[in-house]
Amino acid sequence: MTTVDNGVNVQALLDAREVLRGAPEAAQFTWKASAKWENGVHSTATIKNFFGLGAEQSHKSETTFTADHPEVFAAEDHGITPIEYLLVGLASCLTAGVASVAQNRGIQLRSVESTVEGNHDIRGILGVDSDVRNGFNDVKVTFNIDADASKEEIEALVAQSQKRSAVYDALTNPTSVTVEVA
Amino acid sequence: MANSWRRERWDSLRLLTPNWQSRLPGQDYTGPDPDGYMTMGEVVEFIERFALATRAPVRTRTTVTSVRPDGDGYHVSTDQGELRCRSVVLASGACNLATVPDLSAGVPSAVTQVTPLDYRGPDGLPDGGVLVVGASATGVQLAAELQRSGRAVTLAVGEHVRLPRLYRKRDVLWWMDASGVWDQRYDEVDDLSRARKLPSPQLVGTPERSTLDLNALTGLGVELVGRFAMVRDGVALFSGGLRNVCSLADLKMKRLLATFDEWARTSGREAEVGPPEEFPPTDVPASSRLKLDLRTGEIGSIVWATGYRPDYSWLDVPVLDGKGRLRHEGGVVDAPGLFALGLPMLRRRRSTFINGIEDDARDVIGRLVS
Ligand SMILES: Cc1cc2nc3c(=O)[nH]c(=O)nc-3n(C[C@H](O)[C@H](O)[C@H](O)COP(=O)(O)OP(=O)(O)OC[C@H]3O[C@@H](n4cnc5c(N)ncnc54)[C@H](O)[C@@H]3O)c2cc1C
Repeated sequence: MTTVDNGVNVQALLDAREVLRGAPEAAQFTWKASAKWENGVHSTATIKNFFGLGAEQSHKSETTFTADHPEVFAAEDHGITPIEYLLVGLASCLTAGVASVAQNRGIQLRSVESTVEGNHDIRGILGVDSDVRNGFNDVKVTFNIDADASKEEIEALVAQSQKRSAVYDALTNPTSVTVEVA
Repeated sequence: MANSWRRERWDSLRLLTPNWQSRLPGQDYTGPDPDGYMTMGEVVEFIERFALATRAPVRTRTTVTSVRPDGDGYHVSTDQGELRCRSVVLASGACNLATVPDLSAGVPSAVTQVTPLDYRGPDGLPDGGVLVVGASATGVQLAAELQRSGRAVTLAVGEHVRLPRLYRKRDVLWWMDASGVWDQRYDEVDDLSRARKLPSPQLVGTPERSTLDLNALTGLGVELVGRFAMVRDGVALFSGGLRNVCSLADLKMKRLLATFDEWARTSGREAEVGPPEEFPPTDVPASSRLKLDLRTGEIGSIVWATGYRPDYSWLDVPVLDGKGRLRHEGGVVDAPGLFALGLPMLRRRRSTFINGIEDDARDVIGRLVS
């Protein structure tokens, strides 16, 4: 018998599911980022701490993200545009989902690659046409997966990873957002 | 007698289980059309015939207002007087109330909201388009009926169970029954609470035995949108995840049909059925609408086909879980002398249907007399 190892500790996740079933308070997480204006449309955001399992938690180290806009936007291009961060989030969330679901279903993965394309009509943010929305018109993700599984099993992995994806949900469903001045 | 079928169903409804399958203990369908589907009038007649044959001592027009523990039994209050008993079998049904999501509170008051328990037919709805929320058996049936009556119907689709009416020339519920899917026990399935919450399949009983999946509805002109997620300033917002719920349903249907093929092969039943069939994937619109302004008059009414739940407001015994569901093990409720019948997947998958009562009732009666 070969053991499947995609490097996901599914047992720990299943155990957590059992524990949190009886302790919904511990399941309440708050993710936090802090951002700082640099100059022009260039900003940096850092992430270190979050709240969960009833206590303050932190990542092993702090991560800094640089956001800017490309030169065609007359900016200095110190980093990717904010909306591209959404693509990063979506791709990494779905990829993590594919690995976890595959592990849980006993499917060995050899490679999982994806491209994510967000179609964006920038007339919205420029205020050219008020009928054009600011955000993506649509987003397309294309997976290329090499695994010990049939095409249908792979399609099912990808479908299930969407069903359990935080970022997929955050992008496809409306979310109430409050922005305040402290 | 047969109260739910008489008073809580819409006029055009027929059972989605074929006649030969809609049987009660000792009472099989003997009419001319075993593969047909009973109208509500026929169901009422069928149940009345059963009542006459069994002469069970039914107290009609009696509403139970409270059941509470009393010594080693229960005290039952009704609007016709008091009763004491050692045991109680809760057979009050799984669909007494319509489940309506909280977001309905944000719907502008000019839009009429109805549930399937109030709905009788298209004429009962005000003019204008109709937003049907939910694409399980009830939602797809009402969406089709309303669209055919000449109204513009938008159907909000969440997770759903797609099934063809006929597969390889046999009723899909024949396959469920014959291949043993309906015999799966509650303690055999991976995730029982999910199995009990499984939405009803997209099926309708019609003389033509036609399939009523999302492709059929699109063919009728119904507009598909994603799950109804929120109302913001009078505007309905729908999920952009329509494509995924459709892929999930397509994949699940394919897997189920493959298990039927496998069963036909290994059980030597190939000769009884037609050749294997494939169905095209759900045709999801390239870009489904994400917003629908409910203030313009375009939508005159919303039909909440978002499921049903039991009403236990009269049950004064602490046997409900945090979500208001009855705590029971295959019909044996978590209190001495208390039993349940007629709930989804109570003991087996078939428990959800009329067809399941024989085996379930026998089990409960066995426990009552022992
Ligand atoms: C729209 C719809 C379509 C369906 N189609 C099918 C189908 O095609 N085939 C199929 O097999 N199944 C179908 N079902 C499921 C079907 O309801 C069950 O299979 C079957 O009716 C269960 O019967 P029951 O007697 O357990 O419950 P019910 O038929 O719900 O009867 C319960 C009775 O208890 C009464 N009651 C409740 N509370 C009290 C109280 N406090 N005091 C006194 N009386 C009370 C109710 O008024 C009701 O008359 C359908 C269900 C719905 C909602």
